[in-house]
Amino acid sequence: MKPAPFEYHVPDSLEQALALLKEHGGDAKLLAGGQSLVPAMNFRVVQPGVLIDLNRVSELAYVRQDGENLRIGAMTRERTLEIDPLVAKQSPLLEEAMPHVAHPQIRNRGTLGGSLANADPAAELPVIMLALGARLKARNVSGERWMEAHDFFSGMFTTALAPDEILVEIELPPDLPHTGWSFMEVAPRAGDYALMGVAAQVTLDENGRCRQARLVYLNAGDGPVDAKEAAKILGGEMPNDDVIEAMAELVSRKEINPFGNIHASSDFQRHLAGVLTRKALKQAIERAGEDGLQ
Amino acid sequence: MKQLCAVNVTVNGVSYQREVEPRLLLSDFLRHELNLTGTHVGCEHGVCGACTILFDGQSVRSCLIFAVQADGHSVTTVEGLAKSVDQLHPLQQAFWEAHGLQCGYCTPGILMTMIPFLEENPNPTEMEIRQALSGNLCRCTGYQHIVDAVKLAAEKMR
Ligand SMILES: Cc1cc2nc3c(=O)[nH]c(=O)nc-3n(C[C@H](O)[C@H](O)[C@H](O)COP(=O)(O)OP(=O)(O)OC[C@H]3O[C@@H](n4cnc5c(N)ncnc54)[C@H](O)[C@@H]3O)c2cc1C
Ligand code: FES
Ligand code: FES
Repeated sequence: MKPAPFEYHVPDSLEQALALLKEHGGDAKLLAGGQSLVPAMNFRVVQPGVLIDLNRVSELAYVRQDGENLRIGAMTRERTLEIDPLVAKQSPLLEEAMPHVAHPQIRNRGTLGGSLANADPAAELPVIMLALGARLKARNVSGERWMEAHDFFSGMFTTALAPDEILVEIELPPDLPHTGWSFMEVAPRAGDYALMGVAAQVTLDENGRCRQARLVYLNAGDGPVDAKEAAKILGGEMPNDDVIEAMAELVSRKEINPFGNIHASSDFQRHLAGVLTRKALKQAIERAGEDGLQ
Repeated sequence: MKQLCAVNVTVNGVSYQREVEPRLLLSDFLRHELNLTGTHVGCEHGVCGACTILFDGQSVRSCLIFAVQADGHSVTTVEGLAKSVDQLHPLQQAFWEAHGLQCGYCTPGILMTMIPFLEENPNPTEMEIRQALSGNLCRCTGYQHIVDAVKLAAEKMR
């Protein structure tokens, strides 16, 4: 058999899952969609002594509008995010990115919480959470706490979650008026991990000046990379080609730190970041303008 | 001590009860416990798609699910497609007619991927077919005849 032996638990409530996690501590792993964990177990890179399967904790699978925020349970499948009309309405950026997250068969199992907890620097969903300013809720047996997406991702495959915590909910705020978005990536094949990718959100004021911009990159460092300096260049400006060019330059030369791999050297990744920045910014600005500006 | 867990699962309409070690993959359960060797195993880490089956009607990798997780669920494998040896499913018939396979290693996974895809997209474009196929590797055909076969199947199934 491929994976090493483990003790299997399948709680049907969050309370039970939390109690099991507390009891087994560092020896236990949570099983969500299994689309990252099971490959690692099949390679025996990961050999948990105890596996706590969250697939029967149905209270963690939902997409719910709550006032102006959208709340998404951690066990919501990636496929649901792709097709749920509430997601499309609240966060078109997230909807646009979903078809790039792995292949359809993987999205049928993989979950939002699993992808975020996995914190792969090449993954799309962590980048989208930063771009949207999402908040993440974690629970342990004694209570809950909220984290900004920025504070959640702490490095290569690492997050701020403690060993006894379960990521339970993701809260997406609404886009401000006159906000445009764009997600673009370059991958060898549809559904493969991308060589480089960018999520852009641009908000304009009534006069068409940039009120706020955000650019976040995947596969560009040891986690999702928020290019804050480049985004600042656009703040308060009327968007034009010169500004966009300056942003693309700053990102590709300074703000990202891609490592390179067998598919692309780090120089090529920097080149792609420049190209994608120009294209994504243009699309986001255009979309922001379509949202009720002359 | 080895933990054993009960699995009650319906496969191709037949219900099975077994006791399994929790680390047994669903792909190995289908092949070794139920002798349904139509589900192929290529990579066992989610990349090749050969092991694709329907899990409650949705295409998934059976190498990335444990057999215990199928308890109470319904599974369809490639053996569940044809009504009989001489009455192939229209999708299988189309693969036959359009030469959609050579060695056949990838074929069961591709068929089980295309079943829900064609249900949701009865009239797909070539681009849509290619995107839906992106998670299935074929080392023989160069994909062209697979795409043709799926187009033909879409016509037959409409
Ligand atoms: C062939 C292939 C291609 C892929 N391509 C891409 C791609 O292009 N882009 C991409 O982003 N992803 C890709 N993936 C990964 C896929 O999106 C995974 O589903 C996802 O990263 C992990 O989600 P999961 O629900 O399967 O988590 P699991 O694999 O079950 O878990 C991953 C990790 O997170 C932990 N965990 C899970 N849920 C929680 C929780 N609620 N609280 C705390 N910890 C938790 C687990 O313990 C484990 O350590 C690919 C996977 C495969 C097999
Ligand atoms: S054997 Fe399951 S995807 Fe390759
Ligand atoms: S027909 Fe041989 S791998 Fe596809």
